[in-house]
Amino acid sequence: MVHINGKDEAAAGMTVQEYLGKNEYPLEWIVVECNEEIVPKADYATRQLQDGDIVEIVSFVGGG
Amino acid sequence: MNNDTFKIGGKEFTSRFILGSGKYSMELIKAAVENAGAQIITLAVRRTNTKKNESILDYIPKGVTLLPNTSGARDAKEAVRIARMARELGCGDFVKVEIMKDSKYLLPDNVETVKATEMLAKEGFVVLPYMYPDLYTARDLVNAGAAAVMPLASPIGSNKGLATREFIQILIDEIDLPIIVDAGIGRPSQACEAMEMGAAAVMANTAIATAGDIPAMAAAFKSAIEAGRSAHLAGLGRVLERGAAASDPLTGFLRD
Amino acid sequence: MAENQFFIDSDKLSEEALARKHQLETDPSSRTNHMEYMEGMEQIDSDIRQKTLTEMQAYDYSKYTERDVRMALSHETCSIEDFKALLSPAAAPFLEEMAQRAKMETSKHFGNTVYLFTPLYIANYCENYCVYCGFNCYNDIHRKKLSADEIEHEMKVIADSGIEEILMLTGESRAASDVTYIGEACKLARKYFRNVGLEIYPVNSDEYRYLHECGADYVTVFQETYDSDKYETLHLLGHKRVFPYRFEAQERAIMGGMRGVGFSALLGLSDFRKDALATALHVYYLQRKYPHVEYSLSCPRLRPIINNDKINPLDVHEKELCQILCAYRIFLPYVGITVSSREQKHFRDGIVKIAATKVSAGVSTGIGDHESKYSGEESADAGDEQFEISDGRSFDQMYGDMESEGLQPVLNDYVYV
Repeated sequence: MVHINGKDEAAAGMTVQEYLGKNEYPLEWIVVECNEEIVPKADYATRQLQDGDIVEIVSFVGGG
Repeated sequence: MNNDTFKIGGKEFTSRFILGSGKYSMELIKAAVENAGAQIITLAVRRTNTKKNESILDYIPKGVTLLPNTSGARDAKEAVRIARMARELGCGDFVKVEIMKDSKYLLPDNVETVKATEMLAKEGFVVLPYMYPDLYTARDLVNAGAAAVMPLASPIGSNKGLATREFIQILIDEIDLPIIVDAGIGRPSQACEAMEMGAAAVMANTAIATAGDIPAMAAAFKSAIEAGRSAHLAGLGRVLERGAAASDPLTGFLRD
Repeated sequence: MAENQFFIDSDKLSEEALARKHQLETDPSSRTNHMEYMEGMEQIDSDIRQKTLTEMQAYDYSKYTERDVRMALSHETCSIEDFKALLSPAAAPFLEEMAQRAKMETSKHFGNTVYLFTPLYIANYCENYCVYCGFNCYNDIHRKKLSADEIEHEMKVIADSGIEEILMLTGESRAASDVTYIGEACKLARKYFRNVGLEIYPVNSDEYRYLHECGADYVTVFQETYDSDKYETLHLLGHKRVFPYRFEAQERAIMGGMRGVGFSALLGLSDFRKDALATALHVYYLQRKYPHVEYSLSCPRLRPIINNDKINPLDVHEKELCQILCAYRIFLPYVGITVSSREQKHFRDGIVKIAATKVSAGVSTGIGDHESKYSGEESADAGDEQFEISDGRSFDQMYGDMESEGLQPVLNDYVYV
């Protein structure tokens, strides 16, 4: 299982790009962090999610 | 031409009103920014909703400096992670460090804030730490490489105004960085007072987000902050009569 | 501006020495570069001097008006601009108001206390030629350096009088009174006094650390004048000639661990308003950099010396001195202000109720003559004095006078852990 934005998902083996596409994430507005390291956009196509990875997908919202 | 500017991280600003973008709808942000005349706007970083087809960035006028905060961080390490993600989102190097370990009062943790400021400054961020107005912490923040210091006026979101007035005045008097009064400012008159005291800028969010007419309140804050700044520059007139002259003068002993 | 006539020749000087003295006095090219550190002088990385002198050079006190002074007095916090107004001639008609405000600030920080201390001169050898000073190397005076036994004897006499704080002074001679000698004196002082100050030639930070370990709590160094061009014409020979090394003495002392540092210009040497501004800013900028340190100011005016009774403080009369002290107090409410026995009784009694927080008592500026001064018996072998004092009150008299003025005399206030 891969822990993504707080939820366990069966995404092991998928590339970051495949996962984001499947879930319709707006690519231009997000940043992906895997195990506390930012994943560069250029690596999305090659970086494979692995069992036990902790992933955060974030974007800007209103805030003070 | 307005040549009364203040500088943070090599950027020069004429507006001294930093606007928060939380707690109100995106449609109103544009009008609020315009009416506020704001050149800096704060944002937060959150987990993205899937199938979202719009970004808050679409509603922020071009040329406005984005100041992402690290809200959600409970310690320095988390703040650094959030700041790095914010920078990766492509909005420049500015970051407002905001670290809270207390979910009841949402008071900033000064110790962790100093640590995060030091780490982020070393990574080239322009760091604006949000803090409880404590002189020692402020000095530590200067040494840690902060670009400005953002003391709170009263508990965040409370709209209670300058509850920490005396302590903010000490920071204004003693710290060589811009002091930006943040959190708790509820009314334009309070923002005005902070500016009269010599604050470099005021940041407000809830006061505007919870107003009856958001764009109109943004405009009211703009006027108040400008008035307070002008009053500060003009030099406030005499307020206190320090008692009548003593009948027995202190300087009667002087000779030659 | 009137000028003092400082140059006095002694018939005891050799022809060679006289020729050298005259050359130094009349030919600037015969003097060393006063901005250049000498060998062995530590250079620290600090912007305090540049900041202080830039402000001082730009200070045009003639542009301030009564209105600026009124504004300054109405402000809760006194800014640098406000302070400049308070030092300006425009503030003269507001002296009483300044005194009222200064009194309020003093009482906020110090209550009604006044500290008493006494200076102890342990040697008057000097390698400098400072034209206004009684200890200068060309002045024909009786030189003396107390031995350890003599120092201890003086200390016993002083301690028996009730004094708990001592300020030890030397002439500026590393050769005659080296750091080890002063360190030994500090160790002795620690036995008899609770608080030990030093007013000696400036040293490096490691030497200040050593002296602190020997028992010194604070260091006072007078810059004399902050106008480096004028400084050059007054300090013609010796280590003291090096202006920047002297300026940085307090910062080196802080780096060496001293808990307090004292400052002053010698009023009457140069433009006193500019010197007063620079003195206060020197404190102000250092306080911002080293907020844990205790800062104090003095305000000496020029006094006559042995062999030259014509030296005087020129345009710094009591009113001007009072104005400076009130301005210091309003701008720097937290600093200690010392008024020495260079001033007369009536002035010291008045100023402690307004701005001063520390006065000397039982003073001798000679060497090894406390017993004779305290007992009234003559001492044949005492070293000559640095300057003539104006207030010869004993410790007991001063203590009683301060009490009768409604003040609380304090002998020390430290818990030294």
